[in-house]
Amino acid sequence: MIVNEKIAIDHGLKKDEFKKICELLKRTPNITELGIFSAMWNEHCSYKSSRLHLKKLPTKGKQVIQGPGENAGVVDIGDNDAIVFKIESHNHPSFIEPYQGAATGVGGIMRDVFTMGARPIANLNSIHFGSTQHKKTKNLLRGVVHGIGGYGNCMGVPTIAGQTSFDSSYNGNILVNAMTLGLVKKDKIFYSKAAGLNKPVIYVGSKTGRDGIHGASMASASFDDKIEEKKPTVQVGDPFTEKLLLEACLELMAGDSIIAIQDMGAAGLTSSSIEMASKGNLGIEINLNKVPCREGKMTPYEIMLSESQERMLIVLENGKEDQAKKIFDKWNLDFAVIGKTTKSKKIELYFDSEKVADIPVNTLVENSPMYDRKWKKAKLPNKNKINKDDINNLKIIEVLKKILSNPNICSKEWIWQQYDHTVMGDTIQKPGGDSGVVRVHGTNKAVAASVDSSAVYCWAHPLTGGKQVVCESFRNLISVGAKPIAITNCLNFGSPENEENMGEFVECVQGIGEASSYLKFPVVSGNVSFYNQTKDQGIKPTPSIGGVGLIKDYNKMITMNFKEVDNVVLVIGKTEGHIDQSLFARVILDEKNGPPPEINLFNEKNNGETLLKLIDSNLIKSAHDISLGGIITAVSKMCIKGNKGINLKKPKYLINEIEYFFAEDQGRYIVEISNKDQKKVLDILNKNAVHYDELGTINENMLFLNEKTKVTIDELKGFNTKWLKEYMSN
Amino acid sequence: MKISLIITLKKDVLDPQGKVIHQALDGMGFNDVNEVRQGKYFEIDTKETDPKKAKDKVEEMCKKLLANLVIENFKIIDAQ
Amino acid sequence: MKSAVITFPGSNCDRDMDVALKKFGFKNKMVWHQDLELPKSDLVVLPGGFSYGDYLRCGSMASKSKIMQSVINFANSGGMVMGICNGFQILVETGLVPGVLLRNKYLEFICKNVFVKISNEDNAYFKNISNNVLELHIAHNEGNYFCTNDQLKEIEDNAQVAINYCDPEGKIEQQFNPNGSIKNIAGIFNKEKNVLGMMPHPERMIDPVLSGEDGSYFFKNLINNLK
Repeated sequence: MIVNEKIAIDHGLKKDEFKKICELLKRTPNITELGIFSAMWNEHCSYKSSRLHLKKLPTKGKQVIQGPGENAGVVDIGDNDAIVFKIESHNHPSFIEPYQGAATGVGGIMRDVFTMGARPIANLNSIHFGSTQHKKTKNLLRGVVHGIGGYGNCMGVPTIAGQTSFDSSYNGNILVNAMTLGLVKKDKIFYSKAAGLNKPVIYVGSKTGRDGIHGASMASASFDDKIEEKKPTVQVGDPFTEKLLLEACLELMAGDSIIAIQDMGAAGLTSSSIEMASKGNLGIEINLNKVPCREGKMTPYEIMLSESQERMLIVLENGKEDQAKKIFDKWNLDFAVIGKTTKSKKIELYFDSEKVADIPVNTLVENSPMYDRKWKKAKLPNKNKINKDDINNLKIIEVLKKILSNPNICSKEWIWQQYDHTVMGDTIQKPGGDSGVVRVHGTNKAVAASVDSSAVYCWAHPLTGGKQVVCESFRNLISVGAKPIAITNCLNFGSPENEENMGEFVECVQGIGEASSYLKFPVVSGNVSFYNQTKDQGIKPTPSIGGVGLIKDYNKMITMNFKEVDNVVLVIGKTEGHIDQSLFARVILDEKNGPPPEINLFNEKNNGETLLKLIDSNLIKSAHDISLGGIITAVSKMCIKGNKGINLKKPKYLINEIEYFFAEDQGRYIVEISNKDQKKVLDILNKNAVHYDELGTINENMLFLNEKTKVTIDELKGFNTKWLKEYMSN
Repeated sequence: MKISLIITLKKDVLDPQGKVIHQALDGMGFNDVNEVRQGKYFEIDTKETDPKKAKDKVEEMCKKLLANLVIENFKIIDAQ
Repeated sequence: MKSAVITFPGSNCDRDMDVALKKFGFKNKMVWHQDLELPKSDLVVLPGGFSYGDYLRCGSMASKSKIMQSVINFANSGGMVMGICNGFQILVETGLVPGVLLRNKYLEFICKNVFVKISNEDNAYFKNISNNVLELHIAHNEGNYFCTNDQLKEIEDNAQVAINYCDPEGKIEQQFNPNGSIKNIAGIFNKEKNVLGMMPHPERMIDPVLSGEDGSYFFKNLINNLK
């Protein structure tokens, strides 16, 4: 086939890009080469629209061992232990085939983590669906949950936390973001940088089939009416083979034969081989006839672009092939020497004794396009004037019931009960809390992780929203007593070619950068998913932030369930009564305008660090951060989890009761302390200039409001737990 | 009228179950097997008595629910 | 006391079981499924997980692996063999314990704490146990125990039911049945009571910071019974 501009455009390349390829090669590429360029130069692999902005994120810190640019980020947790983690999107495949899309998303992120030598110890996910009324939502939710469970459960890695939201902006484009944490010894981390000449290049894992050819290009194309035609590109996951691959790789890694290792994810053999060559400043020569294929007569083009799952590429020390092969034979996995490293700095592919591709590595990587896309700055919306009469007539308890049963607040037990969250025997905080927590096996340490996003705030004002998500992650870690270390981000946005969507991206990234830099909470890994849209309508900007923190002694871990009757409950942080963009405003007042709550990074840091001090001094019995739904929602959840009640009293502020209880001001926590510690706690709060309110005392089983209104905790629990179960069983 | 049909994974789609069953058979000494692919079998009893109409209906069921045409094929093998 | 845990391809609770057995005093050895011989053991455990990916039928292919012939011989000569979750599914496929494990009634994987009542204490597993209701953890997709009426009669006549799902007080009722099992059966013995298959995972309940401590209680009692 003679390649021309039209074929290039069919591959998702732009006219200019095709011209540039011909210039770089000083000739027209053949079809295999064109396929390689289109895979490497698409948004998914090249980050061509985002690179410029991502560079501004803070990525360094005292505990950071590896920042972005490798398969995953790595942070130091002391005693020669390190945590490897990353979050990644699998949005488009999950919309097309929810089970396999979600499953292979989980498989892919776990591979990213164990490629670096780490055994996965926890999975998390952030999943977003269309309106609960939309006809596809239920099936998509069911398929995604089954897919995540199907893969993670089989791998024997606990799924310890997650986030689920519903919003009509995801009607035609759901989001599935999967995150994995792995544990590795600091001196046993593996990287993808090839080194040395004439080293054998090894292919291991499953055979190559025609799965997902051009999946990476699909991830960079928005959905349109032709979606049906794109269907056959979905890959099928095989968690059993991945479990074998994990064990085999870790067994091989225990020795010293690996120079570099890279998993075959998006764009399969193409991106993995090029990545290794590029990082090592080397060339790689591959004989495609040696690649284990599942189907007959696969062409070089298909072999290079296949996205078959559960495969790895390894550069080995010379002479170690037999020893390595033995391990893969034991685990019944394919093993083939398919090529070698060269000094040519080119990717050279052979098939049936003919050279079928010859491309300088730098043309694919360093010379890949980078765009400074046009973007529009968002204005901070004006504050809404709330009609006091509207809210003064509302009955707080009735509003609370509505909020607790709202799809975005209600208990997600139906989901996480389908995930094995206790396998490995180290889960000490299960899903449903602020963060999931797993012990570092055999030590007193524990690692906390959470995943957050606030699409509504980001949509209302991207800069503030970006900051807010990072702060919420920070708070969720602190609420369980963990010191925040670093974050990974999954940036889900609409089209970068649309100035508004691009503006949302740029400003969210700026917000994330400002907050993570101020909180010393650097970004160590992540991924960007653009073109999340249907026709011209982009999703609400949805950066998901995965945060990781360390608990030095897990006996000091905090949970959110109220512990003891008569204990005192405080609100840490100031309540200004910010109602705009709150769940209350949207659900009860049907008001969608106005600015999101303001972020004060100083207070955020000071409140959080002071709370950590209190926790460290064993003064906190339970804690929970205040987010969606405000103070009363947070308190209700603590009551429900602990099977306790509370006598609530609004402090004598000037703001209205509804505003006090449902406002979504930031930087706030609810904490439970024992009576005898009250003076000590208040002293510490005062000394650190942290604002606090005394909110009430814990009772047996009733929520009292100012001694006049009451509701039983059982009733609240009913509202909180019923909705999702009923929705999914109808 | 009773319609029997089978649903199998499309030819080019990976069949993890078939692959592992193949390996297990091999381990048990059945070494002549080239490939194993597995699928699902359905019997649908319908009130429709006209074979053509019944088949059409079942075909529609396959397209809409029983098979996921992204990865699966269906084949009606019997109608009586 | 010596124990052995078999690792099949796809086992994923083998390490957890190893940790638990060692914690309560067993000298445990891990055994690869392709080995032919069992090490000398007082207890052999088939751990949980997804042996062979749960493909075909859960446990079906593992039950045909090389080591299983030794395990079957060991069991038939009176040796203690315990199968947890996928291990139970493997035991059922070998025929060492009667019945089958079907897909959960609501077709969903279930991971949560449950209560089980010990229905037969006259055996080396539960002898001397003072509290006959345990809080344990389940995590499975195919734990819906089923057998024919004839089999059920035989099972009951031989007192082969080991544990049943119940409430915290030990009441065995349909509403406490998480997966649709016949008669709330969560675990079952062979006739001689030296082979036990059960869905719950005692090895996940061996520390107060985990889901609970009734697993510790089970293992402590077990090793004392074997001494």
